[in-house]
Amino acid sequence: MDLHITGQSPDGDERSAVDSVLGPLQASKAESYHLPQERPDRSRRHLLLPVLHAINSRVGWISPGALNYACSRLNLPPAEAFGVADFYGLFSMTPRPRAVIHVCDDIACLIRGAPAICEHLAGRLGPPGAAEPSSELTWLKSPCLGLCERAPAALVSAAGPKAWECALAPATADDLLAAMDRPERKPEPPPVPTSLSVPQQGRPGLRLLRRVGRLQPESLQDHLAQGGYEALRKAVDLGPERVIGEVIDSKLVGRGGAAFPAGRKWEAVYRARSSQPVRYLVCNADESEPGTFKDRVLMEEDPFLLIESMTIAGLATGCEQGFLYIRGEYPLAFERLSHAIRQARHHGFLGKSILNLDLSFDIEIRRGAGAYICGEETALFNSIEGFRGEPRNKPPFPTEVGLFGRPTLVNNVETLVNIPGIVLWGGRSFAAVGTPRSTGTKLFCLSGHVGRPGVYEVPFGATLADLLELAGGVGGSGRLQGVLIGGAAGTFLSPGELDTPMTFEGTRAIGAALGSAVVMPFDDSVDLSKILLRIAAFFRDESCGQCVPCRVGTVRQEEALSRLFGGNAQGVGQAPLQLAEIGQVMSDASICGLGHTASSAIQSALARWSEFSDLRQGLNPDD
Amino acid sequence: MEKKKPPTQDRFSFNDSAPCPTVPVPPGPIPAPPPGTPRNRVTLTVDGKTVRVPEGSTLLEACKTLGIDTPTLCYLENLNPVNVCRVCVVELEGARTLVPACSRRVEDGMAIRTDSERVRLSRRMVLEFLASSVDVSTAPELQAYLERYGGQPERYGPATAPAAAGEPETARAGVHCPTDGQTAATVAQPVKIDNDLYVRDYGKCILCYKCVQACGEEAQNTFAIAVAGRGFDSRISTEYAVPLPDSACVYCGNCIGVCPTGALMFKSEYDMREAGTWKEAEQERTDTICPYCGVGCTLTLHVQDNRIVKATSPLDQEVTRGHLCIKGRFGWQFVQGKGKKK
Repeated sequence: MDLHITGQSPDGDERSAVDSVLGPLQASKAESYHLPQERPDRSRRHLLLPVLHAINSRVGWISPGALNYACSRLNLPPAEAFGVADFYGLFSMTPRPRAVIHVCDDIACLIRGAPAICEHLAGRLGPPGAAEPSSELTWLKSPCLGLCERAPAALVSAAGPKAWECALAPATADDLLAAMDRPERKPEPPPVPTSLSVPQQGRPGLRLLRRVGRLQPESLQDHLAQGGYEALRKAVDLGPERVIGEVIDSKLVGRGGAAFPAGRKWEAVYRARSSQPVRYLVCNADESEPGTFKDRVLMEEDPFLLIESMTIAGLATGCEQGFLYIRGEYPLAFERLSHAIRQARHHGFLGKSILNLDLSFDIEIRRGAGAYICGEETALFNSIEGFRGEPRNKPPFPTEVGLFGRPTLVNNVETLVNIPGIVLWGGRSFAAVGTPRSTGTKLFCLSGHVGRPGVYEVPFGATLADLLELAGGVGGSGRLQGVLIGGAAGTFLSPGELDTPMTFEGTRAIGAALGSAVVMPFDDSVDLSKILLRIAAFFRDESCGQCVPCRVGTVRQEEALSRLFGGNAQGVGQAPLQLAEIGQVMSDASICGLGHTASSAIQSALARWSEFSDLRQGLNPDD
Repeated sequence: MEKKKPPTQDRFSFNDSAPCPTVPVPPGPIPAPPPGTPRNRVTLTVDGKTVRVPEGSTLLEACKTLGIDTPTLCYLENLNPVNVCRVCVVELEGARTLVPACSRRVEDGMAIRTDSERVRLSRRMVLEFLASSVDVSTAPELQAYLERYGGQPERYGPATAPAAAGEPETARAGVHCPTDGQTAATVAQPVKIDNDLYVRDYGKCILCYKCVQACGEEAQNTFAIAVAGRGFDSRISTEYAVPLPDSACVYCGNCIGVCPTGALMFKSEYDMREAGTWKEAEQERTDTICPYCGVGCTLTLHVQDNRIVKATSPLDQEVTRGHLCIKGRFGWQFVQGKGKKK
């Protein structure tokens, strides 16, 4: 391809950032030229996202010169690369101070002090994103950072030769400013006890959280000492077909939100082996649903478990390459998983001859860069491949045409970490736990107004009331107004619905969905209209913009909702009908799940609005 | 198997063990099988009527054989369907959501409905969404569909004030100004005029992706433009929004050829419209062969008052399927005679 590149060139820092990913430029080799017929999985376009990360974390933004250099190295048209970079919230395409504070102002933090932090920072640093040209520091508002159990949360980062990122939660404005006092040095926040995120830690009967808090997350030795890689050995003994048989017997369904039977996916990818020798495994760790943090806790506290689970999945389905796509806002999980992958590879648990047998599987870790939509599986493929994170139309489904056009097995983190148990103790014994249609145990993310927020593991079958009780009851004022289940794409329930069994079939029966298993109660002091407006704003911000129903629908939804709650007489009367119609076209005609569910929480809340209003203290924004 | 995004996939799918082909296959429709090879046919029901169509057809083609007029905006015969506008959606029995007719392949036993309440609502809403956020004054097709489905774009309130020049390019992914809902957000912005051949009026852009496809690997392989930004702030842009003369643009004008709303327009047409002298009804269209090279593309000359005002090429033209180069598209000034430049 003949590239047309504008005149700007990279400076030394930018050049070395790009080279750190692509290797030094070798003048003699015409490396940037690849045959257009070359297989896309052999081209280097998939390195675009890592290259953009390297530039952004080295200089704080992506300049035209840096992008030009990256494009010439990757043989990519600059317009396309720009379109990709501009898609992600964590990248800046204009000069920006090196140090950035991302303050979460999403629903869980909104009711636990985020507004005060934002106000304080605005007073000190000006409006979000604003910065004097000479300034070293700026701040931005962020969608959910997945630290809801420790709200209010913030992510602080500084670009440079020794770039760092660090999550602070619970945070205060003073903490944040103090952390950024010397942006060249990574702050060392006091260690947070694991029990704060996993109040059940150490209790008997836990399966997925069994080892959390009892092992060194960085230590392979610890993993081995506590039963690590036993499941892998057993899986190798069983062979692919029997492992897949166990997964089918377990009736395990996907924990990412769509609840698709995992065994069926595994089988489809395994069966494709004769016609498609190259297949991929993808672990979806782009956990971005507001209120969800279970995968983060698993990855931070037990990284080797996920790596082992992916290895079993890869070997069983015959995928030799796995990709672990983790959201960009999880620096600690990224660090620990990267370390775990290196350790596993070094000790022969990943690579060409796993367990010294003729078994080959390896994992590459990829970081997202601030885009909720990339949690949608086909958008995630596009993101890994170096395209904009826009979902693809289905069919074809990933098991037929997935990453790089190959059959691909995509599973969520929590789905995968169920695998070692299924292999060790058998699919039938897994299926004996829970209810007939929702088998096994489930991690729930409790945050908001609840006594002890955190990740809780319970066998399927517990009701919403059971979960609230387990987590110390309703927090805040102690008087419940409503509960959001399933996250921003989920459903609001009223106190009268607390006896709903938190199973796939139980939630479906009342027109709700378990989604990513968020349980977020709100007490009677919360103005739910503010929560709904934040959810509407979230979907407007996170819509990829590809299809009309979602691109414009999320905007019109936010506008209609603002009219409804603004109390301004103009257009209020029409708003409910408009909202219903907007919701219908989004769920009927959008390309992907984001559009399909973008009105779900809002519609469910409006349907229960009078109940909520009756419970609320003296607030009546709907009259 | 259905074609999928990104469109690169098609060109790359070949047997792993086979040697790399050395000649790139030009994009475009798959050549028809040699006569005599019967294509399998599948049977489906459309609005209660049974229809048999060749395997691999789309629902849109099936509808067409029954004479059903399905609205489309982002679809064009000479490009791969991207199914982003969603105005062609139909109801497929057994499917949870509606499906896009332009890209969904027929399967035996499918039952679809093209005029149900659900379909009509989705089509009306999509058209309302577009007409309330985009200037559709030069998109007669879209206006006709809007009328057919009874859309009322004005019900979302008066339009928000247009953006200033350069303002849309400053949008950051994941950030938008709070709204009070009293006005409806639009993409209105000043026209970009940075060259003598064509203008870009992104206030009229419905983001159908066709210009990006035509600039990229489905026609020109120039890649001067791509979609940038996210969500409602998504936009067609060069890298860092540099003016076209600084970009990779080669002025083939194939993007103008595929634009369904007049967002991309010949400068000649734009100037005449501004001056109020553009009279489409009076224009004569004459087909001829481009005089420049031996390829032999068909040119349709649009003539008003005995002067060529623009050149297009028919989509069914078998040489390049409606795509041209800078010479055929813009190089007809010499016909107008000396001293009558511009």
